[in-house]
Amino acid sequence: MSRLRIANARLLDPASGRDESGFVDVVDGLITSVGREDAAVPDEVLEANGLWLAPGLVDLHTHLREPGQEYKEDIETGTKAAAAGGYTLVCCMANTDPVNDSPAVTEYIQRRAREFGNVRVRVIAAATQGLRGEIMSEMASLANAGAVAFSDDGSVIMDAAVMRRVLEYARGIGRPVIAHCEDLNLRGSGVVHEGSHATCCGLPSSPGEAETVMVARDLELARLTGAHLHVAHVSAARSVELIREAKAAGVRVTAEVTPHHLLLTDEEIRCYDTNKKMAPPLRSARDREALRAGLADGTLDCIATDHAPHAHYEKDVEFTAAPFGVVGLETALAVGLELVREELISPLALVDRMSTRPARAFSMSGGTLEPGAPADLVLIDPERAFKVEVAALESRSKNSAFLGRELRGRALRTWVGGRLAFALDEEWMR
Amino acid sequence: MRHLLGIEHMTRDEIERVLETSEAMLEISQREIKRVPTLRGRTVINVFLESSTRTRVSFEIAAKRLSADAINVTRAGSSLSKAETLADMARNLAAMSADVLVVRDSVAGVPHMLAERVRVPVVNAGDGCHEHPTQALLDAFTLRQSLGSLEGRVVAIVGDISHSRVARSDIYCFTKLGAEVRVAAPPTMMPAGIEALGVKPCFSMQEALPGADVVVMLRIQQERLAGALFPSVREYAGTFGLNARTLALAKPDAIVLHPGPINRGVEIASDIADAEPSRILDQVTNGVAVRMAVLYLLTGGGA
Amino acid sequence: MSNPGQPVQPARAVDRESERELAQGRVVLDAAGIQRATTRIAHEILEREADVSDLVIVAIVRGGEPVAKLVSAQLEQLSKQTIPLGALDITLYRDDVVARGVRPMPRPTRMPFSVDGKRVVLVDDVMFTGRTIRAAMDAVLDFGRPASIQVATLVDRGHRELPIKVDFVGKNIPTARAERVVLRKRADGELEVVIV
Repeated sequence: MSRLRIANARLLDPASGRDESGFVDVVDGLITSVGREDAAVPDEVLEANGLWLAPGLVDLHTHLREPGQEYKEDIETGTKAAAAGGYTLVCCMANTDPVNDSPAVTEYIQRRAREFGNVRVRVIAAATQGLRGEIMSEMASLANAGAVAFSDDGSVIMDAAVMRRVLEYARGIGRPVIAHCEDLNLRGSGVVHEGSHATCCGLPSSPGEAETVMVARDLELARLTGAHLHVAHVSAARSVELIREAKAAGVRVTAEVTPHHLLLTDEEIRCYDTNKKMAPPLRSARDREALRAGLADGTLDCIATDHAPHAHYEKDVEFTAAPFGVVGLETALAVGLELVREELISPLALVDRMSTRPARAFSMSGGTLEPGAPADLVLIDPERAFKVEVAALESRSKNSAFLGRELRGRALRTWVGGRLAFALDEEWMR
Repeated sequence: MRHLLGIEHMTRDEIERVLETSEAMLEISQREIKRVPTLRGRTVINVFLESSTRTRVSFEIAAKRLSADAINVTRAGSSLSKAETLADMARNLAAMSADVLVVRDSVAGVPHMLAERVRVPVVNAGDGCHEHPTQALLDAFTLRQSLGSLEGRVVAIVGDISHSRVARSDIYCFTKLGAEVRVAAPPTMMPAGIEALGVKPCFSMQEALPGADVVVMLRIQQERLAGALFPSVREYAGTFGLNARTLALAKPDAIVLHPGPINRGVEIASDIADAEPSRILDQVTNGVAVRMAVLYLLTGGGA
Repeated sequence: MSNPGQPVQPARAVDRESERELAQGRVVLDAAGIQRATTRIAHEILEREADVSDLVIVAIVRGGEPVAKLVSAQLEQLSKQTIPLGALDITLYRDDVVARGVRPMPRPTRMPFSVDGKRVVLVDDVMFTGRTIRAAMDAVLDFGRPASIQVATLVDRGHRELPIKVDFVGKNIPTARAERVVLRKRADGELEVVIV
């Protein structure tokens, strides 16, 4: 029973409100003690030298692409990327091939994750069969098989009556429904945010209202049904306002925002770089400000990457033909730290948004440095600079919105259940 | 000037240079033997992935008048229909030692994409709703024939601005040459943030045309009407069509341009298209001269 | 823009010479000399063939233009007839590879007459390597089928690179290859030829 001590770290534990220097002891995959003094003598000491130690990051929105699209990413490479980004748990979406609308696919993913996964993998199953938005999926069986939430992300449930029943039924099962809010008719052929940049580029565009009208609809349905609605990748200022109002009125809603929406705006599309193309699109500076304010005041509960790998040759085409999406597991923390540097949120609040709240939102373990909890930990150097380059990314696909950029702040070590899942600058072992 | 991808990033000097060169090129088109040996041995490849006869023929004639070899690649007969990507096709074309690629596509940004990947000059012959630089240059050339300079002149551009690459290129070109530009369209066809291009958006002919020295009419695509941007051809012609009554709103000696092909009776009345103020046929003639100038300037070896 | 000033290109009559060059240069032909030379050229043209009914003068743009004007004025005075005068820009016919990639600006050509069956006299200011005249011949032949082409030049400075001969020369001036010979207009409007 070997005791590992991570000493002299800045401990960040939102669950207890702790932000102070100290140590964490890990024995048998569990956190045994946290604090400043302990008589027990450790077998191994990792000198943290003031670096931050936080509960491992939790991502509520990842596309691992397995089964069916392993050429883009698979559970093994995706979870390696996750660990490199400081994540100890990722929730994978259902738009695989075949779609994850059956217990068989859910069990397959979980089995593959147990065998090849580098971090914990939780399954989000489809809300409707085949993601067709017509007939709800077998949610009870899927929940029994292990699904933590339901979502048609990758598609949209356009029919309000279907969405209502999905929410109602999911409430009965006790699982949240994650909504990709986008009115496909309003979006039309739009691939970027409607505004002067789209006009100058001559690209078909859609307004923030394409998202907001669906956020409004789904909030009303959540109020009607009492279900837990989780709004995916919020991108528009008005959406943040609506969610804020709904929360104040007692609606059971949580929401997430991506790192790229927190950092970038629609100005990025001027050079026709398909690594800036995603759904929802990058929006205006005003929208970005509202998203940041929403993250700071908690209206937006967490940062979720919407990690969406695509092969290079799929993205290296005309802008309108390229698939939507960018990878994000390995750069999310640096973006979050940028917000800390800009004094938008405190380090403790950042850990809260990237670990504690996401875990809690889906009733999952994690997000805490409490003794007795699994040792899912991340050691962060907030100042460590790195260049986002193809060669340096663990993900099989390299479609990052930050390619070529220098970012600052990254995970140096990531532990999942006490096992070292990632170590920068040295060979990491299972 | 290594490529001609758009007017947006051209300097006024570069525009003037093209227009000045076009003068000499126009004279060649008026000779009996309409040919000079300047681009002898050079290969111009017209990569027209969006169908077009007029612009393609114009570029072909321009190339041949300079004694270049002109090859046409269209989507139907090309390897793209066999799922080769655009980037790969471009590399293959460059590997065949083309001297110039003239590119048209229905998607914005394709010429930029090719320019990043090949080592030869690329001319944008129209990319989606983005830009159509040679059209703007020949429009400016045509206007200067009648007006001399564009400094201080008022130009009204009327039509489906949101989907018009000609509108965007014209706006950039005319404003860089000192003109005041207004755009007129029903709200459903006015793009968001168009003021960022330095123009005044108007929502009627009555608002846009008074005081105009030039009226540019854009083609209305019937397909868009079906797309519910506007209820009917009849209503569009009645409110935004150019006829004797609406033309009278502009200055008495105002001239009329149209990038073609014209929809008689829709955006432009049949008699107006043939009347004295119309420079539509001059535009076509000047188009060859301007395209000759562009091919000549871009094949200089780059500077 | 335009002429980088290589030896292979024709020197040209310019109003906008650089300040440095204006200060330098020795005059080899002054205004009076130019007048005498062009008069003599006109006489020689008439001596070769007195019948001027099918004679046309074609100036090479831009250097040959002032010379052609003088020659044609003389010819008209001597023959008491109007002689068609055209201006031919040969920029698009040049055979030299462009130096730094900047294309020289082509000027308009004005040939408002047919050359078929005509006796064409090409007029330039300075004959050097002969490449300009070769390009001019290509251009003239694109306009039609002249009966003959002859060449008149104000100054012949030698160093021919092609088998081009001058039929009527104003003055032979031996030069070093690196030197430049320029026909220019002074501030007082008078023409002069200098070596720079």
